[in-house]
Amino acid sequence: MADNRRMLIYGYGNPGRQDDGLGKALIELAEEWVQKEDLENISFDVGYQLLVEDVTLIENKDLIIFVDASMDERIVDFDLAAVEADDKETFTMHQVSPGFILALYETLYGPAPPSYLLQIRGYEWEMEESLSPGAEENLQKAWKALRQILRDPDRLDVLSGHTAASTEKGLKNGPGNGSKS
Amino acid sequence: MAQKITISPVTRVEGHGKVTIHLNDEGEVIQSRLHIVEFRGFERFVQNRPYWEMPVLVQRLCGICPVSHHLAAAKAVDVIVGAGTGEGLTPTAEKIRRLMHYGQILQSHALHFFHLASPDLLFGVDADPAQRNVIALARTPEYRDLAVQGVMMRKFGQEIIKATAGKKIHGTGAIPGGVNKSLTEQERDLFLKGEDPLNADAMIEWAEAAIALFRDFHKKNQEMVDEFSRFPSNHLSLVGKDGALDLYHGKLRAVDAEGKKILHDIDYQEYLDYIGEEVRSWSYMKFPFLTELGKQEGWYRVGPLARLNTCEHIPTPRAQEAFETYKSYTDGRPNDMCMHTHWARLIETLFAAESIKLLLEDPDILKDDLITKGKRHPEGIGLLEAPRGTLFHHYRVSEQDQITMANLIVSTTNNNQPMNEAVAQVARKQMTGQKTITEPMMNAVEMAIRAYDPCLSCATHAIGRMPLEITIYDRHGHLIDRKSR
Repeated sequence: MADNRRMLIYGYGNPGRQDDGLGKALIELAEEWVQKEDLENISFDVGYQLLVEDVTLIENKDLIIFVDASMDERIVDFDLAAVEADDKETFTMHQVSPGFILALYETLYGPAPPSYLLQIRGYEWEMEESLSPGAEENLQKAWKALRQILRDPDRLDVLSGHTAASTEKGLKNGPGNGSKS
Repeated sequence: MAQKITISPVTRVEGHGKVTIHLNDEGEVIQSRLHIVEFRGFERFVQNRPYWEMPVLVQRLCGICPVSHHLAAAKAVDVIVGAGTGEGLTPTAEKIRRLMHYGQILQSHALHFFHLASPDLLFGVDADPAQRNVIALARTPEYRDLAVQGVMMRKFGQEIIKATAGKKIHGTGAIPGGVNKSLTEQERDLFLKGEDPLNADAMIEWAEAAIALFRDFHKKNQEMVDEFSRFPSNHLSLVGKDGALDLYHGKLRAVDAEGKKILHDIDYQEYLDYIGEEVRSWSYMKFPFLTELGKQEGWYRVGPLARLNTCEHIPTPRAQEAFETYKSYTDGRPNDMCMHTHWARLIETLFAAESIKLLLEDPDILKDDLITKGKRHPEGIGLLEAPRGTLFHHYRVSEQDQITMANLIVSTTNNNQPMNEAVAQVARKQMTGQKTITEPMMNAVEMAIRAYDPCLSCATHAIGRMPLEITIYDRHGHLIDRKSR
């Protein structure tokens, strides 16, 4: 990394549900690469879904990127959007949105670090362990862009704007609004 | 004019379901149903897969309680590889699995009470739905610590799972005939004497505090807590030796509403002789029942309330003390009060925390005798008490080691009829004579369902989501009112 900012990349989804495993797949690629490149201050984590206890992962971080599969048809391959704290309850506490995690963090501990949601477009959600060909292609594109950010966190721009309509910036994440997990 | 009210789907439970309530011309509730609209596919999906894949494969069902499925599948596969029916494993293997299971119970029960149930209890049914969540709890100075404790108990349980299952997603810790790892001293010490507050003693202390919180709430709201969605039923669960509460292994016992044993500690390998499953045209989720009593009389509850009705004592001291107080409230009779499920769940949380500490103090969890082998069998059944209730996994395999039959009865399926009864109770009380649906009415129905902590995506074996919608129809099917959120 070009600076000392501490970054967390958190992928979530159930890899037993085909493209829902995109988040975990990206983390596996990134973790191996970061180790090989010997980059510092970058940590990774994965989960089936975001849960309230994930609020503890944010502590002492300067930049967070959540990674999730998306069924949002507006996303061509992948897209990055800033996440704002959002205290609106999702339909279940068995999974919460990145915005809810930030809101809970800010309520309990103070200002949350800048956070983003990287959504990678998926297509198939059956009980299979492998990604669909289209999702695999999108994963590789997202990974190519994420590599640049891991080297230089100021290059967040390389991950955004991959939506069918350029005005659709800032696609809202979370259950019921395009995000799959 | 007769009406039909639909609540579809229900918030803060997993999966997809809807509630319909039918009113007659006088506005009286004449029928209510909790519909499950997803389809079952998992049992077909696993056909022809090698049996040894099952403990990992079943975690695809859903990400809410993968550990329960992982362990139930492993127990069924133990039988197939000739490693016994729950008691044939090495001491290390059984204790590591128990540790994993109690980690799951702790984190799941903590989620339910601190993040799903307590906002309802502390802010009240009539409160704005936007205020009945954990953030509102955290923003209220007197409840802030509760929110933090809920987060930390979840984290502690998840870390136990990670250490015993090997990883957070698709854990591989339980394998046919045992486990693939034990704990290191370093891992053990971290959980036992870890930095405050992430250690076993803190979990015990917080679980006790949560029981005190519930009891205080109970004192102030006794009528509501005792009477809300109350109805008699049979109760079923595993019980350990001497009738002890045991969530990992035991015999299958059921008691009736008076506490009389109606299923006498049977070996669950024979469950098909005692339990049937009824299919009803309006739900994809089956309705299990005790065959001796028949479909009408044989349905039963599972889960925390049922478990504390079937067991005779709890084998950890502090939970036993809490259990004695709990039992004295009903003079030892079965407890049929729906909201007391929260009380029972917290006593189990304390039991899980104490069990985790005892297991961590046991030197067996550091040893390396991990696997048992024996004579192969063509069929295996694995049961355990998942957070939400009794979970059945039943497999048959071919000579080529492929699954030829799988039958899963998950906790929420076991609670299908009780949840329908709960909805009926609340609907009769809240909706009789009403022409419009209010938020408190909606939440009352949800609260009754939520007490069972259902995981419908798991029960129906498909991904599902649950926003909330209530619809009222007249007896001709014409729309009268609809509310959603």
